[in-house]
Amino acid sequence: MTDFPFENRIWDSAETAPRAELERLQLDRLRGLVSRLADVPFYKNAFAEAGTSPEDIRSLDDLRRLPMTTKDDLREHYPLGFLAVGRDKLARIHGSSGTTGKPTFVAYTAADLELWANLCARFLVAGGLRPEHTAQIAFGYGLFTGGFGLHYGVEKVGAAIVPAAAGNTQRQLTLMCDLQTDVLVCTPSYALTIAEAAAAAGLEPRDLPPRFGHFGAEPWTEDMRREIESRLGLLAFNNYGLSEVIGPGVSGECALRDGMHVQEDHFLIECLDPDTLEPVAEGEQGELVITTLTKEAFPVLRYRTRDIARLDRSPCPCGRTTARMSRVVGRTDDMLIIRGVNVFPSQIEEALLHVEGTAPHYMIEVDRPGTLDVATVRVEVREQDFSDKMSQMQALRDRIDREIQSITGIRMSVELIEPQTLERFVGKAKRVIDHRVTDSS
Amino acid sequence: MKLHQLSVFLENKPGRLSEPCVALADAGINILTLSLADTQQFGILRLIVRDWQKARDVLEKAGCVVKVTEVVAIEVADQPGGLATVLKALESESVNIEYMYAFTFRSEDKAVLVFRFDDPDAAVAKLQDRKLNVLSPVELYELVEQ
Repeated sequence: MTDFPFENRIWDSAETAPRAELERLQLDRLRGLVSRLADVPFYKNAFAEAGTSPEDIRSLDDLRRLPMTTKDDLREHYPLGFLAVGRDKLARIHGSSGTTGKPTFVAYTAADLELWANLCARFLVAGGLRPEHTAQIAFGYGLFTGGFGLHYGVEKVGAAIVPAAAGNTQRQLTLMCDLQTDVLVCTPSYALTIAEAAAAAGLEPRDLPPRFGHFGAEPWTEDMRREIESRLGLLAFNNYGLSEVIGPGVSGECALRDGMHVQEDHFLIECLDPDTLEPVAEGEQGELVITTLTKEAFPVLRYRTRDIARLDRSPCPCGRTTARMSRVVGRTDDMLIIRGVNVFPSQIEEALLHVEGTAPHYMIEVDRPGTLDVATVRVEVREQDFSDKMSQMQALRDRIDREIQSITGIRMSVELIEPQTLERFVGKAKRVIDHRVTDSS
Repeated sequence: MKLHQLSVFLENKPGRLSEPCVALADAGINILTLSLADTQQFGILRLIVRDWQKARDVLEKAGCVVKVTEVVAIEVADQPGGLATVLKALESESVNIEYMYAFTFRSEDKAVLVFRFDDPDAAVAKLQDRKLNVLSPVELYELVEQ
């Protein structure tokens, strides 16, 4: 008999549908998706090139013959080239948190928003949210999908919401204590910031009201979960999503917290070798590739998430029949998530090019010494940039600093170092040392 | 009437100051004087040596980033007001000082002020007009190495 830390409740009976029934539904929905996509120019061309028609989809295995979609494809069709419905059908537009040049936008119909709320409700209920609870949402409300996604999910469940939004930690503490919020929704690193601020204010963080925490929007580890739980005295749950697919709600943990249940009736998930694009062996790490089966406004076919994780298709004692995905353990590109913002090393290179005229050697180091990510960019000084005047050297540093901030949107600490001190690479250079992801999970 | 000063970029890391100094020592180059400017992030070591070309080659071979700049050395009396006289002259001539450092000699009651100006030639002309003792490299070396 499995021990549940609290009552194992299931929001939607679809979560426990027998696999055969689920797969029939998926196949049916996949066929529908392919015919809907035939009106989207990008897919129309891709289908024509590959000679695909909806009638070719006879089994779920045929998915592998369908074309893939990448972030670059979305960018090339900026802003809304992937729309599969008319503008008059749109109910909402969100944007990716990515700051790689142009943002990417995603759109929702009213039905998409309803679906999204339902998907968030599923993982929230799986992770202990009940109608009698009050949830404090400390995510940004805006183009970012985190705030609104969780907001409507909590509302769907019937719980009360304190839409605290991100930041102002003192006020978060006041709201938490005065309104007795049972559930905290934010990034894992912000949960730790709240714990530290509570301790600094002379409060015992373990005595803060929240007993459940739903954390996402950035990678974290099992060590961090243990730390959050012991410091805040709550149960911490992980959830996963990305704006290009829908936002939060792609997957989330149940009470047993042994992987995140993928909402497979709405998303087909593949785990592929990022080089060969062939499926990895069961349980092996690979790149997650996701197909949205039911989204109307902005459906994507085989979207390459670039997130590396494992899939576990064994049954879960909670009763859900859906596959579970592990934490995201890495990226196939070199994207970093720093304080919730997506950063690519190529952006640092771009910033340095703006300052210098040519690309010098650099290394990005990311750490989380306390609760917040700290990024340091070490840049080799070149002969021609070196001045005996301190003011000029400071100005050089400041220019790099400002340029990085304007391109990435976040502040990094810039260190000038001696030339020829960074390792030189043949082929693909290693530009990043991420001290946050060194534990085993 | 100008001196060649070598500036060396130093990363803010233990042992970084000793590297260029050891390289010069191994090459038998004597440092006449030096000054160090530093921030939390990095430092700049400024050196005056007699054979600056050789010193530059030695430092560059040792992997240092070296910049050669022209500076102006002025001899003053090692007594109250020695520096103030020069600064007042520079101020009244509207000559901007980037930075400066000073050193004294035990054997004589003399001090040498080293100035970095944006336009050293103009500064030298103005200082000489005011009858200040701008040292040539040879004069400085003799003063230091006697």
